[in-house]
Amino acid sequence: MNAPIDLLSDTRQVTVTVNGKQQSLEVEGRTTLADMLRQECRTPGVRVGCEHGVCGSCTILFDGEPMRACLMLAVQADGHEIKTIESMADGDKLHAIQEAFSEEHGLQCGFCTAGIILSVSELLERCPQPSDEQIYEVLGGHLCRCTGYQQILQSVRLAADMLVDK
Amino acid sequence: MKPVSFKYLKPTGLEEATAILAEYGAEARILAGGQSMMPMLNMRIARPSVLVDINEIVELNYIRASDGAVAIGAVTRQRRLGDDDLIAAQVPVLATALKCMSHPQIQNRGTIVGSICHGDPAAELPAVAIALGAEVTAHSQAGARTIPVADLYRGYYRTTLEPNELVSEVKFPAMPPGCGWSVVEISRRHGDLALAGVVTMIVLDGKEIGQARLACFGLGKAAHRLVEAESMLTGQLASGDLFQEVASIVSSSVKPMDDSHASAEYRRALAAELTQRSLSEAIERAKQGATS
Repeated sequence: MNAPIDLLSDTRQVTVTVNGKQQSLEVEGRTTLADMLRQECRTPGVRVGCEHGVCGSCTILFDGEPMRACLMLAVQADGHEIKTIESMADGDKLHAIQEAFSEEHGLQCGFCTAGIILSVSELLERCPQPSDEQIYEVLGGHLCRCTGYQQILQSVRLAADMLVDK
Repeated sequence: MKPVSFKYLKPTGLEEATAILAEYGAEARILAGGQSMMPMLNMRIARPSVLVDINEIVELNYIRASDGAVAIGAVTRQRRLGDDDLIAAQVPVLATALKCMSHPQIQNRGTIVGSICHGDPAAELPAVAIALGAEVTAHSQAGARTIPVADLYRGYYRTTLEPNELVSEVKFPAMPPGCGWSVVEISRRHGDLALAGVVTMIVLDGKEIGQARLACFGLGKAAHRLVEAESMLTGQLASGDLFQEVASIVSSSVKPMDDSHASAEYRRALAAELTQRSLSEAIERAKQGATS
């Protein structure tokens, strides 16, 4: 038998860049990245819905790629770069994707919106004029109980047009 | 939901990882992409004392040619199956499988080897690996051993891996020239785990079926080969009647389970339908391959 494992003292120092700002935090090994972002980093735009990767509300950009913050540990963010919805608007000026969602009524309660906008921002960067199929593929990773998805689809199309025209 | 407290360890090399596993054995669990492990931790289905995070073992992040096969390291993300030239050229069935699998947000983090080691009976990759005749390499301090994926599962989410072993890579043999393939499934929503699915690979010999490899998922305690179907097909001319006959054998030989998503009876019906669809699609690809 091994000596009992001292679990309570298992905290770690994490240095992470959130929305361009580097910060150092002490977190427990079991803290999820979603909880750290909400509670320590003050980015509550990261919504916590199902906490097992299904709903997509906690989606963030991790080194530029959309991922579930509830399915990662805070300690795994050490040395990495994270973007949340708080990084999108420039002061009071909404990002074009946010404008498009507002214009096309791509949200109602707004709970799923932050994650969707981050996924869409990566899609439009990788593929500025996506086909509907490509949009469906990305939206498939998000649950929305308000809109019925059609307005979200229209919002993404409009956002793509707005960004291309820019 | 919060995981239990655990000791978090982050080895940066394979040797360091196997040393940790040798020390803690069954008290430790391995965390790769975490797209299955993290839900189990969050729901406290998994309650490890030690969590061994292998994501920083950068030497295990690769897709490379290896002796007529394609070797993929343990931390290579699933998303790479869709944009890798070697996969497209040698094992295109993996790119097809990716399209049936979860969502891009999951594939960006989830690993190929992780999905195979997790052994979800309804997951695509274990069945594709079995149909291809893939092998995994398991490391422990005692050394390395290779295990055919077909011998990896011994029941529902149970593998033949030892607690002190870490799978470093999976090796998929290159598909033979002219091979036609298909991965078909039925799921409630696109990207969900399948209710049932069938993988087929066929090589034509003239007009006859020279070689057939079939595997299924969601139709038993683990993904498995459909050997009887394969022998019924080999040496025969492809026809609707033959495919129907094979489908009915598959449907009666599989042992699906009842669960909240579908009844065993419904899954048997899906097995027959999916076998026919899978064979038709694979034979079409094989014919195109034979003429091109």
